[in-house]
Amino acid sequence: MDMKRDYYEDIRLFDSKVQVFWTILFLLALGLFPMLGGHYYAYLFNLMAIHAIVALGLNILIGYTGQISLGHAGFFAIGAYGCAMLYKVYGLPFLVALPAGGFLSAGFGFLVGLPALRLEGPYLTIATMGFGMAVTQFVGHWSFLGGRMGLDIPKLKLLGLELGSDTQIYYLIMAVTVIMTVGARNLVNTRVGRALIAIRDSDIAAQTMGVNLTYYKTLAFAISAFYTGIAGGLMAFVLGFISPENFNLMLSIVFLGMVVVGGLGSIPGSIAGAILLTYLQIRLSSVQDMWLVGPWIVDISERWFNVGGMANLQNIIIGLIMVLIVMFEPLGLYGFWIRTKRYWRTWPF
Amino acid sequence: MLSQLIVGGLAIGACYALIALAMVIIYKTSEVLNFAQGEMAMLSTFVAFNLLTEQGAPFGWAVAATLVFAMALGIAVEFLFLRPAKDPTVLGLIVITLGFEMILYGLAGWKWGPDQRALPFPISNIEVYHFGEVAVSKISVWIFSIALGIMGLLFLFFKYTKLGVAMKATQQNQMAARIMGIRTKRILSFTWALSSLIGTIAGILIASTYPLDVNMMMDPMMKAFAGAVMGGMTSLPGAVLGAEMVGIIENLFGGYVSLEFKSVVAFAIIVLVLCVRPSGLLARHYVKKV
Repeated sequence: MDMKRDYYEDIRLFDSKVQVFWTILFLLALGLFPMLGGHYYAYLFNLMAIHAIVALGLNILIGYTGQISLGHAGFFAIGAYGCAMLYKVYGLPFLVALPAGGFLSAGFGFLVGLPALRLEGPYLTIATMGFGMAVTQFVGHWSFLGGRMGLDIPKLKLLGLELGSDTQIYYLIMAVTVIMTVGARNLVNTRVGRALIAIRDSDIAAQTMGVNLTYYKTLAFAISAFYTGIAGGLMAFVLGFISPENFNLMLSIVFLGMVVVGGLGSIPGSIAGAILLTYLQIRLSSVQDMWLVGPWIVDISERWFNVGGMANLQNIIIGLIMVLIVMFEPLGLYGFWIRTKRYWRTWPF
Repeated sequence: MLSQLIVGGLAIGACYALIALAMVIIYKTSEVLNFAQGEMAMLSTFVAFNLLTEQGAPFGWAVAATLVFAMALGIAVEFLFLRPAKDPTVLGLIVITLGFEMILYGLAGWKWGPDQRALPFPISNIEVYHFGEVAVSKISVWIFSIALGIMGLLFLFFKYTKLGVAMKATQQNQMAARIMGIRTKRILSFTWALSSLIGTIAGILIASTYPLDVNMMMDPMMKAFAGAVMGGMTSLPGAVLGAEMVGIIENLFGGYVSLEFKSVVAFAIIVLVLCVRPSGLLARHYVKKV
């Protein structure tokens, strides 16, 4: 049933009518959601959507092209500061500033992609990690960008409308996320996407088949950085205040974690990973309010640890999930979903 | 000014060199790039801090206990996380060490919080020795000589002990080493223990001059990576040389060009070295087979 008989079937956005139905239902639910949930949930969903955009971009780089990056917090910061400065200082309209921030980030992605041509595996990871940390430090020392004190972001005005609250900005973010998701979905099914996948599987073989490595590797970095930059621009307006501490190495690791936990080389996987890890991050940062587990954790903290550092539990849990996923389910949540589906399809056999 | 900066660079470079050595030892043996190296050292240093301040242990005993703890931690990582992973990819290995880094970071943050502390160190930070025009703090001299001593010990260990030779054999060819009767899995565990031990010494030395907090090893780890890359990732003398050079270059940059952007140097070095000579200064160039 998964067989594709011609090219047009392969590049179609939806495989079946059932999928169209569920997608429309899902989009409707997303649209109606803020009327039911409160501000808190709108904020949570905003963060999830923004992280989903990053995870999509990073998955294009890691899952589809096979280039590892630990520097995406750097691109995120470039996007956030770029968009915020263009909007605040130069007074560009948001609809121009956001893509401009994305393209600025893509430019840096291209530059980082150049050394990546000669590097692979661990070496590339070190180089990108160095890039991410260099960006954070650079921003922290540059007073034009607010330095360590951070940068206040004004309220967002879009086409004359002021989007002040989380619920209002929610629609904007969801629209961008849907566009980016469709873009990523289409990208991986085209000539470019196939070239990237060929590079992942074997760059030498891809080169033999006529894939221009220089072009496609830097392109992959640029696209990935573009996604991350757009997400960064949105993040600046959701947070309302950005400082270099928002974009540390841990963030890059969490981004990588989202992709790995969600599933390498899978669009729904990236989104699932982003949703799961973002939820855990937010939920566990106030773990004492959690039902049943909360008091127990507080008790443990008082006895052996420190109540003040309890928010660090999120790092422990996320790290543990990353390790366990690699050890036991290398395909991530997406692989888990595929296996469950297969299991139930032939149940009870 | 110039010689002063170079001497300062040598002292901090010695700390980077120890971390770089710890990374290279693991990378050579198991092809794992240990991103958790810094956090392992950080956690162990905090254990030393706890022993010194809360338990009131004498310095020598506290350090000895910490080193035992560090070795146990190293063995635990290898045994719990890397051994059970079923044929992991390069990315898989990186993610495992990164995940472990987050776990350690979270644990240390949970226990000790974000505050900066000072490790009580028996050697003074303020007293200086004078060598001609150059003033060197007492602690820098100690750091440098301790690091040098450890490097010498490592050299002797790899050259003259049975275990060291077995480790070298495992590094060169695991299969052949197994055929020769070396228990390679045990060697791997021991490698992690040794690496964690060396990293922890670096951590304690760094904490003697810099404040002790959960983020203390982030920057040194980056520098150590730069040094290891410069030396070629698979060469022990290369790692030492590279890390010392990173320390000196960084200090010179801080002194002559810009103190604020000193930390960007490590990244620039990594990119330059990787672009100009990807196999590093001292490692032999290797050709990938398809």
